[in-house]
Amino acid sequence: MTDLETAAHPERLRRVAIEPLSRVEGHGKVTLLLDEENRVQQARLHIVEFRGFEKFIEGRPFWEVPVMVQRLCGICPVSHHLAAAKAMDQIVGATLTPTAEKIRRLMHYGQILQSHALHFFHLASPDLLFGFDADAAQRNIVGLVARDPAIVRKGVLLRKFGQEIIRMTAGKRVHGTGAIPGGVNKALAAEERASLLKDIYDMIAWSREAIQLVRQLFERNLVQYRDFGRFDAHVLSLVRADGALDFYDGGLRARRVDGTTLFDHFDTDHYWEAIVEDVKPWSYMKFPFLRMLGSADAGWYRVGPLTRVTQCDFIPTPFAERERQDFLAFAEGAAAHATLGFHWARMIEMLHAAEAIKELLHDDDLVGRDLVTTGSRRERGVGVIEAPRGTLIHHYRVDENDQVIRANLIVSTTHNNQAMNEAIRAVARRYFDGREVTEGLLNHIEVAIRCFDPCLSCATHALGRMPLEIEIIGAGGTALGRATRDSNGRFAHP
Amino acid sequence: MTAPILVFGWGNPARGDDALGPLFVERIEALKLPDIDCLTDFQLQVEHALDLAGRQLVLFVDASLATEPPFTLNPVAPARNTHFSSHALSPEAVLQVYAELHDQEPPATFQLAIRGKTFELGSGLSAAARSNLDAACDWAWNWLNTGSCQPFATK
Repeated sequence: MTDLETAAHPERLRRVAIEPLSRVEGHGKVTLLLDEENRVQQARLHIVEFRGFEKFIEGRPFWEVPVMVQRLCGICPVSHHLAAAKAMDQIVGATLTPTAEKIRRLMHYGQILQSHALHFFHLASPDLLFGFDADAAQRNIVGLVARDPAIVRKGVLLRKFGQEIIRMTAGKRVHGTGAIPGGVNKALAAEERASLLKDIYDMIAWSREAIQLVRQLFERNLVQYRDFGRFDAHVLSLVRADGALDFYDGGLRARRVDGTTLFDHFDTDHYWEAIVEDVKPWSYMKFPFLRMLGSADAGWYRVGPLTRVTQCDFIPTPFAERERQDFLAFAEGAAAHATLGFHWARMIEMLHAAEAIKELLHDDDLVGRDLVTTGSRRERGVGVIEAPRGTLIHHYRVDENDQVIRANLIVSTTHNNQAMNEAIRAVARRYFDGREVTEGLLNHIEVAIRCFDPCLSCATHALGRMPLEIEIIGAGGTALGRATRDSNGRFAHP
Repeated sequence: MTAPILVFGWGNPARGDDALGPLFVERIEALKLPDIDCLTDFQLQVEHALDLAGRQLVLFVDASLATEPPFTLNPVAPARNTHFSSHALSPEAVLQVYAELHDQEPPATFQLAIRGKTFELGSGLSAAARSNLDAACDWAWNWLNTGSCQPFATK
């Protein structure tokens, strides 16, 4: 059992729960169990997410799936769209044409760009620029725009550019239909290509500036950034056949905590031979682990930008590769092993996406006409991509009536389940004062969770709901206190 | 050409009454009213501040668990606020981003909150939400008052 996950005598402990409330699924809750001296003895992050997604898909015709899965998540619909389309390529026995694969890659790079831009400029940079202890009412995008509108403007335009790529390749801004089993339903129009080419060089330049911004933050706050929420983990990601970073396709590479290779170029079609999904009684969310390591306690791992950037052999675009090498070398690897290193790695990936988009826009295959192929029909399809938050697996079985009879999804946030628990435990150990749940503790836990960019706020977002609640319950089950953060960011002890 | 009025609804159509915002916009769009642009998305985000440029009037539309049925309409002013994960912005925050980015007051903006009841993945619109949507659309027809449209049919 991992340290602090399960205390020896939980009945003697005081329980602290930090619970963001949302309307339906996609909410998270943090509980801290304290001993009689108010030391953190147990810490758990509960995420209720994606429950019922497989049932939502089962019974549908397979050709509908790439479109309907976009409704699973309002944060990363394109990831589900592409993973499902890759799985359905196998169902129809297709090998994609160059135009189809490049259009899909363009869509995917556009998504990585817009998602990473949103995360850094909107979610993360207020934490980083204002400080983790800053008032939550200031530590947000609106506070940032008042302090530095130029940064925010670039972030908004980077996001908008990525969204435009998605619109052009998927056909619509929301619920696009671009990727279909066996290919795509449209290529890029000449005027669309010209429009994107006009702006891509600004996107590359701004991505490079963002990397320098993160680097400066690390330089100014080296000890804090190196140690905040730090933990060691096994890692998993896709890599291209030559070891390059690849978001769209490749084989699975896993490395142990000590950096040795557990497996490499593992065939994603048989992912279940490498990854096992464990369950724990205290969480709805599964705990995947690496089968070769025997158990969830020994074999949990981390996915996402920090993993991808540190375990690929190289990035196949020049500026991003140079930045990767600087990142790895920085302070003898301090950033590459830091939880806050996620932010730096994410910006390197954003730069790579921008460079890859530029290369694709100069490729005439993007405006080709050979869009769809078919082959021998199969019953099983597996689609694996590197989504913005990490590895995403879609696995389907389709019957002779073309209906999906079995679906299994392992999403990025699920892969990172245990890793996020570890980061929170590290923060709780360091920042809980032993007396009460302060806004400062809450801020630090939020900062740790945000490094992973989990889909906590999934597809719905009603007005008038309280996003965060902290509850303190004594050993006998008595509520000792409660604190809230309302939808305007105000912290209170009712 | 940017229309002077923007009707912007958000929500996930696959999550029951969360579809109220997009469905409202769908009905408005079907009327093909002049001078009105219609947009939908899963959730309100920072780039939507750019969609407000050049507008005279903005109507945001979302499902709500907190509002009195069938719906409420309230003016929205720019404000600095935040959410736990910030994967979605509040209407007030989007206006604030607009004001800061453009260094000018945002267009007159109202929030139409339509009362919803159930939000489970894969469920359809509840009967109560459908009734609330009808009431909201009837009101909107009068409010927009173009004189060129017919009352909304119940879907």
